Amino acid sequence: MTKVDLKNIRPYGDTLDDGKVQLAFSLPLRYGPEAKEAARQLAIEMGFEDVDVVSAHDLGGSFSFFVVYGKCKHSVDVTQLHIPKVEVEQMDYFQTNDFIRDKLGRKITVVAACTGSDAHTVGIDAIMNMKGYAGEPGLERYPWFRAQNLGAQVPNETLVAKAIDADADAILVSQIVTQKNVHISNLTRLVDLIEAEGIRDEVLLICGGPRISHELALELGFDAGFGPGTLPSHVAAYIAQELVRKEHRTSARLAEER
Amino acid sequence: MKLNLDTTRIARCRECAGDIADTIMEGVNRVTTTTIERTVCRLIGIDGVDSAGVPLPNVLVDMLHEAGRLASGAACYVGRAIVATGLSPQAIAEKVAAGEMDIVSFDSVEHDLARAALEDLVAKGIARIEANAERRRELMEKLSPGIEPLIYVIVATGNIYEDVNQAQSAAKAGADIIAVIRSTAQSLLDYVPYGATTEGFGGTFATQENFRIMRKALDETSLETGRYIRLVNYCSGLCMPEIAAMGAMERLDMMLNDSMYGILFRDINMKRTFADQHFSRMINAFAGITINTGEDNYLTTSDAYQEAHTVLASQFINEALAHRSGLPDEQIGLGHAFEIDPAMTNAFLYEVAQAQMARDIFPNEPLKYMPPTKYMTGDIFRGYLMNGMFNLAGVMTGQSIQLLGMLTEAVHTPHIHDRYLAIRNAKYVFSTARDLGCEMTFKPGGIVETRAQKVLDEAAVTLEQVREIGLMAAIEEGVFAGISRAPDGGRGLDGVAEKADDYWNPFEDEISARLKKNGGGACD
Ligand code: B12
Repeated sequence: MTKVDLKNIRPYGDTLDDGKVQLAFSLPLRYGPEAKEAARQLAIEMGFEDVDVVSAHDLGGSFSFFVVYGKCKHSVDVTQLHIPKVEVEQMDYFQTNDFIRDKLGRKITVVAACTGSDAHTVGIDAIMNMKGYAGEPGLERYPWFRAQNLGAQVPNETLVAKAIDADADAILVSQIVTQKNVHISNLTRLVDLIEAEGIRDEVLLICGGPRISHELALELGFDAGFGPGTLPSHVAAYIAQELVRKEHRTSARLAEER
Repeated sequence: MKLNLDTTRIARCRECAGDIADTIMEGVNRVTTTTIERTVCRLIGIDGVDSAGVPLPNVLVDMLHEAGRLASGAACYVGRAIVATGLSPQAIAEKVAAGEMDIVSFDSVEHDLARAALEDLVAKGIARIEANAERRRELMEKLSPGIEPLIYVIVATGNIYEDVNQAQSAAKAGADIIAVIRSTAQSLLDYVPYGATTEGFGGTFATQENFRIMRKALDETSLETGRYIRLVNYCSGLCMPEIAAMGAMERLDMMLNDSMYGILFRDINMKRTFADQHFSRMINAFAGITINTGEDNYLTTSDAYQEAHTVLASQFINEALAHRSGLPDEQIGLGHAFEIDPAMTNAFLYEVAQAQMARDIFPNEPLKYMPPTKYMTGDIFRGYLMNGMFNLAGVMTGQSIQLLGMLTEAVHTPHIHDRYLAIRNAKYVFSTARDLGCEMTFKPGGIVETRAQKVLDEAAVTLEQVREIGLMAAIEEGVFAGISRAPDGGRGLDGVAEKADDYWNPFEDEISARLKKNGGGACD
């Protein structure tokens, strides 16, 4: 087998570097040969070669739908990619509780909410609730966590106020609705608010949701972001380890200052 | 009946649900609400908004409520104003909004005269609804009414004109029913927005003008395709009866109307919701509109396998309350859903058990079957197969209304080709397995039958408990969807008023009389 060239990665169908891609889209055009040709040319404009419109459908008068195959002529240099990943060593429920007891010696307080107009509670409940998710207990079940779930449609202001009240170590925010990028503006506003309150250095700021990545979270000024399929144990382990790291950093800094 | 379910158990569930509903109705009959009175205003011809954009029915009813006069009903005040001024209800509302008239300043006009003054207007309002029901019957006869399971799809662009494009395309591809999903949080507005709208969020605002625009477009497509395309919108929220009235006036064919959805999922006060759902369902009943209940929603927060019995219990309660609003079985589209975790072995068998059980227990009801949503992911290919399995369960268990799943459910509100692919999926499965249900019997004591009987037994226990403590307390205990709501909590309680002795709602009286005459359910 020919060797994969990491500097020039192309889509793979059944032969290395064949560049095969399938795509599907609609055009606001009456179904017919012109619409089909328009689809083909559009695919060429997108950077495909050997374009084949394999299926074309009439979507009722003024729209048409196409399934198209093509060979992608572009490539990506994977050696140049730097993807930030949540820094965490995997630990289960018992390991995390023991870790907190041994390394931190105090309970961790977290406050969570699904904010703004978003009414989806299932995601944050999966992480927080006693009954847990996918067979794992949620943070409320952890004896070394003091976990408070404020539910959905919580204004950013309320979340911040509750976090200050509870002297929270971490704030957990869920954003499920992403239409018109509401999650971005909502999360940005939360960061602004927390900075204005002067507590940014005192809390871990964590967001999650189906369209959230760690990279996006960092970009928005969060400490970490969790996407689809997150388990409570991921989040618990991260918070515990990060708080310990943070304490070390603080004591190191204090030592230096002295 | 295909599953050998215990019929005495079913009868017992119905009896319990009947008692539960009767207790609720005692409370319902004692009160009116701001939206009920606004509905009366709308039905006698008050529409439009004031200079600040506030709907005139709100202006008028708020004024009555602030004056502590809601208890007698809006009708007698409008009637008195007509007698005193000779103006139309619309002109009266406009003058009140402009600050040129005080709606409570005509107390000297006798109640009987006020009633008489509204007689023609009430008759006109009733006639408009009747004419729409008649027109629907005509069109259904002239065109094909469609074959069950009817294909139901949603449009949700936020722009009514874009919705029209999407809806007409779907109808031409084979959709029988088009639902326009409402904009986020419309259910929490204590007024109905006005006019055509082009901006919405996750959906399109329900306004009377939007109803009219979509109805007209679908009528065109109906004539073009030779199939009557039904139109759906939502009654749920703080304006249930007002939206029901708009639907009746603009010939919608189905409306989402659940007796508990607002309480559980929108934190609307329960006294308010129970009163509102009753009058809105009376209007639906009289307009020939089929309601869709929302049991599927429970399964978004509860596990579909563990909590299946709460769906059935709720179906019994929704049925009992619907009967008490005069809805015949044929107009009660009870909801349920295909939401069991697909990772579970034999999940499909449990889905079939649930769907066949609903069919057996509610033989005359147009069951509305909801697709997998919760376990849909960005893997659209797997999602497309899950929707195929859902369609198979639907056709083999004789579901009436199949709300098609979208392969992109976890990604965005449907694009035009998502809907097209969903319709192709359903048409293929429905056709290839058309008579599978008739050819099939279930193994006595097998997995499917045992599961269905178990769910029925558990529902019976739940219903007994609910009857014991009352529905309001049961909701407070979190029996449904694991969500707890307090009787005096939630939004909209400030819009509830105890009726006075002279309370008068001419439409409630008239519709109730007509429903009785038509042999529909006895209306409380
Ligand atoms: C259930 C559901 C509902 C239920 C919600 C019930 C409830 N109490 O939560 C109801 C019916 C009420 C609902 C309403 C609406 N919904 Co909805 N809903 C869904 C659905 C089907 C499933 C979501 C879900 O529960 N997933 C399961 C959980 C476990 O997954 P998750 O949320 O991704 O969470 C995991 C991770 O993301 C992560 N995570 C999430 N949050 C957090 C937070 C932290 C701190 C961490 C660490 C991790 C984390 O961990 C979780 C576990 O792994 C999705 C479609 C789908 N399949 O995704 C649509 C969906 C999210 N809804 C949608 C829409 C549009 C709406 C409405 C606007 C519709 C309308 N017009 O009314 C309303 C919005 C109401 C509102 N104000 O928000 C769209 C959103 C489109 C978009 N991209 O913006 C979707 C994608 C459906 C669609 N295709 O249209 N919905």
